[in-house]
Amino acid sequence: MARLSKLLEIGSSPHVTDGASTDVIMRNVFMALLPVTVFAVYAFGAGAALVIVAATASCVLTEHWLCRWTGQPSTVGDWSIAITGLLYGLTLPPDLPLWMVFAGGVFGVAIGKFLFGGLGMNAFNPALVGRAFLQAAFPQAMTHWQAPFAEGRFEHIPSSVLAMPFWEPAYDAVTTATPLALMKFEAEFAGGRELAAGLTSGSVGETCGVLILLGGVYLVARNMMNWRIPASIFATVAAVTWAFQLYDPATYPGPVFMLFSGGLMLGAVFMATDMVASPITNAGCWLYGALIGVLVVVIRFWGGMPEGVMYAILLANAVSPHIDNLIQPRVFGTGRGAG
Amino acid sequence: MGKKQSNSTDEFVKGLWRDNPVFIQMLGLCPALAVSNTAINALAMGAATTFVLVMAGLSVSLLRNFIPREARIVSYICIIATFVTCVDYAIMAISIELHRALGAFIALIVVNCLILGRSEAFASKNRPALAVMDGLGMGAGFTAALFFIGVMREVLGSGTLFGVDLFPGGFQTWTVMVLPSGGFFAMAIWLLLVNRIRQYQAEAEKRAGEQEAAS
Repeated sequence: MARLSKLLEIGSSPHVTDGASTDVIMRNVFMALLPVTVFAVYAFGAGAALVIVAATASCVLTEHWLCRWTGQPSTVGDWSIAITGLLYGLTLPPDLPLWMVFAGGVFGVAIGKFLFGGLGMNAFNPALVGRAFLQAAFPQAMTHWQAPFAEGRFEHIPSSVLAMPFWEPAYDAVTTATPLALMKFEAEFAGGRELAAGLTSGSVGETCGVLILLGGVYLVARNMMNWRIPASIFATVAAVTWAFQLYDPATYPGPVFMLFSGGLMLGAVFMATDMVASPITNAGCWLYGALIGVLVVVIRFWGGMPEGVMYAILLANAVSPHIDNLIQPRVFGTGRGAG
Repeated sequence: MGKKQSNSTDEFVKGLWRDNPVFIQMLGLCPALAVSNTAINALAMGAATTFVLVMAGLSVSLLRNFIPREARIVSYICIIATFVTCVDYAIMAISIELHRALGAFIALIVVNCLILGRSEAFASKNRPALAVMDGLGMGAGFTAALFFIGVMREVLGSGTLFGVDLFPGGFQTWTVMVLPSGGFFAMAIWLLLVNRIRQYQAEAEKRAGEQEAAS
């Protein structure tokens, strides 16, 4: 063995790594998402738990089956698909029928990830591809919001969750409008404290901004997430919203509302930072975040739908290769001061 | 075709499968994606296109020795546009609703590359009888392809077929299938199936050839 280790190893860069393989990073992302997930189940009950489990299972099974079908070793073991599935589940309404959850998961992984060549090749965030498909296919079910902290939410599973496949769900849970829908259609702005603590209705894992931020801080501290992307998104959204609120405070909500409502926190911290679909350079990340921020504000204020984080991130994903082309790192020893 | 004596049946049959305009030649995709949201729209579009294909093929074939090479595209377009205008008014007379559903896509048959392509590649080089059979075959293949796409989109997207409710009792419709993106999904699924079958056919032919060579 000693002689073997003296063999000359030939490979492309990077030659020095910090030992963080895909599964180490993904396990840390899982740790960061754990509080959000626990809170989601606490706030929305048994239905949300089933949705999260079904979302994860659909993504993992699809990936495993597609790998087997194409004669490749299964890539389920690196945890990345489980994280995709968990994130996908966190973006869904808590009383979505399980068969729709499955349909979206299969679509997101097969079309959004596998067709492009699997992990590392996907142009778009697969979790958001699945959600975008559901939004287009089942717009009513995707904008049906269960009230949080309902009585008996742990014993009672909403009937819509267990709807028969391909059949219209029947709803029995108490529903409310999301803060963004109230903003858009009633011009009512929810309070910042209520939003940050996650006391409002919304998708399973998007309501509690504080816990999402905590998870993000954990990942940034471990150097496993580019903090520039969420920072840039928050700064852009806050700046643009602030300007509009100065102009007309009755029509436009303030920056705190915009930052903590809807899927912005979850999207900015866990979706936009997808390592594959975001730009490589730091300057590129600032630009990418700013683009998402502007798109979110534009869609929320003037678009047809109350929420636009998903489309903003998908559009920015599409642009990110071009950002990489535009902003290229300076080659060492050239350019500035290199005589 | 090569040396093989081509007869009119061959010219008809090839449009159905081997040279199917939509699934194999990938021509005329704009109407195939745009007006295939219901089975009826798909059939109407197919019928209109078939009529124009046959009449344009016949006219181009009859005039093939008079049309100067340099001005052939312009001439084809004029011929095609004449028949498209006929179809446009005919559909308006038959059903104003259908005319509204198909909208601008009837007028756009003029620039359907399938018709121009068959005029250029086939009708301008062959006898009128063959050109008519080619037009009929291509038209039938085009109609069949649109029909398959249309059935998939209508059943999933509206839960109906020819406007008849297929699943009474609360079928969850897949709204996306009626939207333009649904056209791409349905098209892709059929293309996948067609290519898979063609792959099997090619493999079977190859195996048969090997066996023949071995024996």
